Amino acid sequence: MYQMTKNTDKSGVRRFLQGNEACALGALAAGCRFYGGYPITPSSEIMEHMAAELPKVGGVFVQMEDEIASIAAVIGASWAGAKAMTATSGPGLSLMIENIGYACITETPCVVVDIQRAGPATGQATCPGSGDVMQIRWGSHGDYEIIALAPWSVQEMYDLTIEAFRLSETYRVPTFIASDESIGHLREIAVLTPPDMIPERAASCDRPPFGDPATNAVTPMPGFGQGRRLLVTGSTHDERGYRRTQDSAVQAKLVARLCDKIKKGSANIWKVESFHLEDAETVVIAYGSTARAALRAVRLARAKGVKAGMLRLITLWPFPDEIVAGLSSKAGRLVVPEMNQGQVSREVQRCTRLPVIASGKSNGEVVVPGEILPLLLDEHGQA
Amino acid sequence: MVKPDYMKFLRTETFPTPFCPGCGHGILMGAIARCATEMELDPLRLLFVSGIGCAAWIPSPHFATDTLHTTHGRAIAFATGAKLFKPALKVVVVSGDGDLSAIGGNHLIHAARRNIEMTVLCANNSIYGMTGGQAGPTTPTGARTATTPEGNPERPFDLCRLVYGAGATYVARSTVYHVRHLMKVIKNALSHKGFAFVDVVSPCFTQFGRKNKVASASDQLFGLKEACATVDGLAGLAEDRQADKIAIGEFTARKE
Repeated sequence: MYQMTKNTDKSGVRRFLQGNEACALGALAAGCRFYGGYPITPSSEIMEHMAAELPKVGGVFVQMEDEIASIAAVIGASWAGAKAMTATSGPGLSLMIENIGYACITETPCVVVDIQRAGPATGQATCPGSGDVMQIRWGSHGDYEIIALAPWSVQEMYDLTIEAFRLSETYRVPTFIASDESIGHLREIAVLTPPDMIPERAASCDRPPFGDPATNAVTPMPGFGQGRRLLVTGSTHDERGYRRTQDSAVQAKLVARLCDKIKKGSANIWKVESFHLEDAETVVIAYGSTARAALRAVRLARAKGVKAGMLRLITLWPFPDEIVAGLSSKAGRLVVPEMNQGQVSREVQRCTRLPVIASGKSNGEVVVPGEILPLLLDEHGQA
Repeated sequence: MVKPDYMKFLRTETFPTPFCPGCGHGILMGAIARCATEMELDPLRLLFVSGIGCAAWIPSPHFATDTLHTTHGRAIAFATGAKLFKPALKVVVVSGDGDLSAIGGNHLIHAARRNIEMTVLCANNSIYGMTGGQAGPTTPTGARTATTPEGNPERPFDLCRLVYGAGATYVARSTVYHVRHLMKVIKNALSHKGFAFVDVVSPCFTQFGRKNKVASASDQLFGLKEACATVDGLAGLAEDRQADKIAIGEFTARKE
């Protein structure tokens, strides 16, 4: 199991800052040099920081006419050689979805930050939610895989944004930061440690632009202006980029690559964090801001003698199903609190035969420990 | 036979093109390749971006340069990102009237407003060709299409006026009948420092002509001679005659 290690590197800069600002600083540290975006609450601070900071490092910032254009510009810039990012919230993500599918089929690295708010539609623009979790995974049509990470702190807004760029460049796949208003606008201390390794694009490469013909593995991301005469298309294409829309074998191979590169890499992608799982009979599975409340509830329960523990999902997609399935046999039941009507609880149920208690909340407020605690206590008659 | 120089801009292994007999898009494709040759553009510094539709297939896969065949309507937005990050690229968008002005209309006007340096060549056949001949925002009033069986009740865009109003600093119209004129304005557009737009009238006999009492593809193509008037020539016509003509020429070419 891959564990997220706490950042204790004292060489980092200690700062008190906002989650959205930390995200922008993480992107810059990861080498992001293009930002295309459109203002939307509660994500706009990311855009404002990028507008201020990108020109200082020779990057390009552009405010586009809508979110459709924003992700399009990001994809165009990525093919021109940029590590590129956009940030948005639910309504903007809805607009981006078609082009996210385009990024998937063209295997374009890019980072999409979703500071979720309560929906559907305009919903509560200033209030947190986790209602986009399934849209992030399944929003575009067709078969594909993406990666999504769920930070629970300002520290992770920085660290996971860096990680998102690493993953996106490695697997040539859109990678999401699935955060929410409460973390985006949270202010707390973070240690900003630049990454040891920043994945850099090759200046030239003679491998096929779209997958290895023999192994169907991902090939390095090429770029415009490298003399490659690239054919990039959202239609079904072979490894050279030629449209082959009537060839079922080419389509099958393409889809297999888009899915397998993530599925087969899952063990290297998954990040979770465990709390008191050794003896836990009731395990809370939580992610993002809700995990903060869940951890508090677990500690309160343990103080009352209840064997509770928590598995925090840092990687939401690909879903860490083997990790959930492999929870200790001591666990008798699972509790999944989240700021939606149970989107992740159904994924958890898919992975286990244990009873899963879904605790959905969709009122635009964060989940608080007092809402989780009774779910941990009642089987023990201590509620 | 010696291959003409412009063949270096084309992926001849993709020939024949998928365009219907009588389609104007092959003429536009040849005109672009000839212009690039005469201007001695470096094919390795050219990026062609297109959306969805017949016209989007002019560059992709036929041009032997970097090509980006995007989602429907979004070519200009993708092109904007590529150009901003890598200004050394010469970025040319080739797409259709429906792609650029209906679903992609917002990106068209905003690119014109930004005056970003790129050339947009709109292959305008006033119909959705690939999807079966449905009416679009450039379909003339009264025209019969798959979705206007009683005649189009709506008014069409004048795309040149639209992008001019949005701030484009080079705006021209030509047709695939007037090839020398077409090449002149494409060259001017490609040399322009700013947002350049060329509305290229390119007939679709299969989906438009046949349903609107045009006898043949050649009639539709040669009919452009009578249908068009130069901007200067139009000025000499009576006002009621002007409305019947398609104005060709340069509407603006200015530095900003």
